Amino acid sequence: MLGEGILKGLAETARNFAGSFVSAERLTTVQYPEQRIAPIEQTRDFPFLVYDGKDWEAGMRCVACQICEKECPPKCIYIVKSTDKKPDALGKMQIYPARFDIDISVCMSCQICVEVCPFEAIKMDTEFELSATDRFGGLLLDRRQLAKSNEYYHRIHPTEAAEVDARLAGEKAKSDAKAKAATAAAAAKAAAAPAKPAAAPSPAATDAAPAASTAPAETDVAPGGNAAGNPTLGPAEGESRA
Amino acid sequence: MSEKADQIFVLLQHWLVSLLPAGWQQPGGVVLAVLVIICLFPALFALAVWMERKGLGRIQNRLGPNRVGPFGLLQPIADGIKSLTKEDIVPRSADAAVHFLAPVVLVVTVFMGFAVLPMGRNMVLADMDAGLLFYFAMGASTELAVFMAGWSSRNKYSLLGAMRAVAQMISYEVVLLLSSVAVVMMSGSLSLTRIVEAQNHYSWGLPHWYIFTPWGCAGFVMYAIAATAETNRSPFDLPEGESELVAGYHTEYSGFKFALFFLGEYLAMFSISGLGTTLFLGGWSAPFSWLGWVPSWIWFFAKLMLSIFVFIWMRGTLPRLRQDQLMNFAWKFVLPMCLLNLLVAGLWRFMGDGWPRWVVCSAILVLAYVGMGWGEMRRKHFGARSYRYAE
Repeated sequence: MLGEGILKGLAETARNFAGSFVSAERLTTVQYPEQRIAPIEQTRDFPFLVYDGKDWEAGMRCVACQICEKECPPKCIYIVKSTDKKPDALGKMQIYPARFDIDISVCMSCQICVEVCPFEAIKMDTEFELSATDRFGGLLLDRRQLAKSNEYYHRIHPTEAAEVDARLAGEKAKSDAKAKAATAAAAAKAAAAPAKPAAAPSPAATDAAPAASTAPAETDVAPGGNAAGNPTLGPAEGESRA
Repeated sequence: MSEKADQIFVLLQHWLVSLLPAGWQQPGGVVLAVLVIICLFPALFALAVWMERKGLGRIQNRLGPNRVGPFGLLQPIADGIKSLTKEDIVPRSADAAVHFLAPVVLVVTVFMGFAVLPMGRNMVLADMDAGLLFYFAMGASTELAVFMAGWSSRNKYSLLGAMRAVAQMISYEVVLLLSSVAVVMMSGSLSLTRIVEAQNHYSWGLPHWYIFTPWGCAGFVMYAIAATAETNRSPFDLPEGESELVAGYHTEYSGFKFALFFLGEYLAMFSISGLGTTLFLGGWSAPFSWLGWVPSWIWFFAKLMLSIFVFIWMRGTLPRLRQDQLMNFAWKFVLPMCLLNLLVAGLWRFMGDGWPRWVVCSAILVLAYVGMGWGEMRRKHFGARSYRYAE
């Protein structure tokens, strides 16, 4: 009959109206500043830089290879490479970011920087209360603000962080084994050729370990090597961006 | 005692007026009553906005505003302060004078309607013999304000909204008038106080409100439909149609002028609910004879707020109509039913007392409703929507 649907609709809304007073599960509203719900593990918003150990500057995994800067679709990352080197997590001497800025007002949270990082140095954060009174300076995060410990990473994304740690441990083991093998080979070589007069056994043995770790033959340093190949690229881009 | 409570506002007015010098007493009384209406209904508007936001929230399983004050009760004050402090923008190509006048005309004409509404026993500002006629004259001039707003803004959305509003309001004005004519036929008066008095008697403790007669019930339903359309409320809110026309005729209004439109809309809702209460729901009379001791003005405002609640309920339930559906509904369904209702009311009048008139009148109306509904529904094709794509 005509009007039946209207009455059904009115009954439905009346049921909702009355039901919202008696059953708590109907009201899904979270009274945000007072009440919070824990974010799901896959939550992501803006990137941060992971560091190992206690000291954020020494433990920073980033080697300023600038892949993320190049891949970033909205170009919100700005990196200045250091002129000196410091040892990274594996003990190799690496350049590090003298400046690492992310403009989170530009960032679109696409996670591409995370996907392309070969050093597991940049990860997605879950912190969303980032409002600032200054829309330029307040939303431009520098490397101090971006640096967050591996423990923090474990806390916000436990599964992902465990995978990353396992992968890094594997790489470390591999590089240790390689270094050990190189040392052993050098030692064997030194031992096998005691008769050779030109050889200087003791300096060769001590140099073997750093030589193996900084060797350009290793695959994962390829982007670093590339960047080192044309060192003017980074600053030039930085100037054009500024 | 209950007599005093019933007449408390009248006595208060008389006492305040008696403080004035002799020559000033009559104009003083009028100004006082006008002031009360001008203060009371905007206060009620604030309450209704709060009720609406809370009610719609609950209908959608939300909490509604709950931050400003206890239960969000101060939300209307916050909204008022916000709209007062906003910049008042007049578009460069707008007709500034008309643009300014439109909200003023709207609010003024809507306020005029309250002059003839009896809000309690002896509580009517102007007891006119042709009160109903005056009310409809004022109600019709709100269309002018709406069209002024739409035309002077020089904006296509405003103009489209205003065109829709005028088409809709004129169509439903006819229905509104014809559904009230039945009441005038039965009570034999255009004076709203007399219409209330005609309904204010009881048999077996039950009131003789017009809604409890076949023609009154049908008339009330059609009056409610027309009133919803007249006040541009959902599901007839095409003139505003925020999903298609930005905000319709008040697209180019900001700040306090926008607030005036908002106020005008709610005031129109109050006044049309008040008129519906007066015509069909017995005005200020009590629903049972043993409740006669409760002051009459409480009944009037209780019925008013109940109508507002139904408006909110409908808004939370029904989707917006399309323009052609709106027009078809008015001219092809409600108007014929209205005309039939006039005939039925005449029949009721001349069949005399007794049960036959109840049976005959109800049967005619129900048969017409079911028959017209069946005829309309038969032509409709319900089912999965089909699309035609360009080749």
